[in-house]
Amino acid sequence: MTDIKKLEEIATQIRRDIVRMVHKVQSGHPGGSLGCTDYFVALFFEVLNHNQDTWTIEGTGHDIFVLSNGHISPVYYSALARSGYFPIQELNTFRHLDSRLQGHPTTHEGLPGIHIATGSLGQGMSAAIGMALGKKLANDENVVFSLHGDGELQEGQNWEALMFAPHNKVDNLIITIDYNGQQIDGATKDVLNLGNLKDKLTSFGWEVLEMDGHNLREIVETLNNAKANTYKGVCQAIIMKTEMGQGIDFMVGTHKWHGVAPNDEQLGSALNQLPLTIGDY
Amino acid sequence: MDHNYFIDQGKKATRDGFGEALHQLGAENERVVALTADLAESLKMGKFKQDFSSRFFQVGIAEANMMGIAAGMATTGYIPFTGTFANFSTGRVYDQIRQSIAYSGKNVKICASHAGLTLGEDGATHQILEDIGLMKMLPGMTVINTCDYNQTLIATLAIAQYKGPVYLRFGRPAVPNFTSTSQNFEIGKAIVMKKGADVSIIATGHLVWKALQASKILAEKGIDAEIINIHTIKPLDIAAILISIQHTKCVVTAEEHQMNGGLGDSVAQLIVRNFPVPMEMVAVNDSFGESGKPEELMVKYGLDVPNIVAAAEKAVSRK
Repeated sequence: MTDIKKLEEIATQIRRDIVRMVHKVQSGHPGGSLGCTDYFVALFFEVLNHNQDTWTIEGTGHDIFVLSNGHISPVYYSALARSGYFPIQELNTFRHLDSRLQGHPTTHEGLPGIHIATGSLGQGMSAAIGMALGKKLANDENVVFSLHGDGELQEGQNWEALMFAPHNKVDNLIITIDYNGQQIDGATKDVLNLGNLKDKLTSFGWEVLEMDGHNLREIVETLNNAKANTYKGVCQAIIMKTEMGQGIDFMVGTHKWHGVAPNDEQLGSALNQLPLTIGDY
Repeated sequence: MDHNYFIDQGKKATRDGFGEALHQLGAENERVVALTADLAESLKMGKFKQDFSSRFFQVGIAEANMMGIAAGMATTGYIPFTGTFANFSTGRVYDQIRQSIAYSGKNVKICASHAGLTLGEDGATHQILEDIGLMKMLPGMTVINTCDYNQTLIATLAIAQYKGPVYLRFGRPAVPNFTSTSQNFEIGKAIVMKKGADVSIIATGHLVWKALQASKILAEKGIDAEIINIHTIKPLDIAAILISIQHTKCVVTAEEHQMNGGLGDSVAQLIVRNFPVPMEMVAVNDSFGESGKPEELMVKYGLDVPNIVAAAEKAVSRK
């Protein structure tokens, strides 16, 4: 039975981690990180079949997660540290010199939990498909999860990948689109409208699920149901409605905090809205 | 026993050597998978596709996706060989290779046919002459350009044994087959094909056979050329090149590529820092190609035997 209260406490702590990491180095992307926090908590603390002690970059015998929109690395790093992949104190090094916690996630510095470098947008879905194909060839009946920004779908490589997966019945992959409607230069509908995303994905041959990205119970149920439906010949995509900057009143719902760090006063205000739960790093 | 590199065992395309070796790898190593972007037949991947269909992936005309899928499959422990034309293997997908393969350290073998002018009639849109430069700039990328069928065959087998990203470049037309498959292909190891005292001619790819032909003409002119085949442009065999130029005291490079960024560039960097000697480069000089027969193009763009002869004479005269 899922303990939603416990997951909520973890989510609050991860949101504290995100703003503290970004504030310390005065750099990074808090908006999307805060928006996807609940997804990460549900995935890493409830849904993923993973084990920090036996983790390998190959992901054999485990579920694999790929973060395609690599700029939301703060939430990824916090979720990894909080689930035991590396010491939480290492979150102090985010974006600093000689750190394994690079601005965008990379395998290059050997950080446990990362399977491939991402950051230049639009590449994660193809890689996730390749990993899913690898698992099928190896008869490793685990699953690949991937997360993508909605603005990121403007990159054409995604649509190559979206065409490939259903044609080849890549049915052990669950892609999730962070549908927050925002990107650096403004609202996605103004920058380059995605149109009816659900219809687009459906017409490409995907079974499309939808969920509220800030309802932990709904996220856990949707991801678990999708996972139970893998290896059945269908490709599954989840459109996850989120608010950029969720959890902090002055950051929520605007693209302005996509890639801007809070100052000291703003950090104080943010932390006042996010009570200490498990403890700061 | 020394191999006689002056004997053509019969014209064959380098890409056929790739296809043959890929098929052999399919039988020997179940971790080897092959991907193509709608060019399986051009890349001679048909036999692999037929006999190892579960490990063959037709991606369609979507090279960016192919590189990403290859990176993902490599992550899970497979050894992906991607096959398409050199242009679509490099320039078109540079960022995918850079981030998902090179920076991520993935064991992907990027196998590229139809490189350079000898692609012929399709013209400049398809005749990439910048691919060696693009690939060699990527940290950790191994860059190999093979000279004939036999060398392409053993190089393809060798890169499967090596863990790390590799760019393997070969061509379209049937060309003389003059190397031996009984020799080991050692990545990063130059082959001295003919010893000589007066000038070092360092050649790669289709220009190796032409360099050997040039050495015969040079001999008639009283110039004793040493012919070195650099099949691995990165990592460069620094020791072999320095040993050669320290006794010949001048050097010519020859390649089917732009002068900017090619083998000549790598050799120039090496010698200018270690042992500066007169140097000439046989390469395309900041120009796109055009439609034509392969041999006509090699003449027009200055990549033929007489160009190597003239470059060697000039290098010797500058000593």
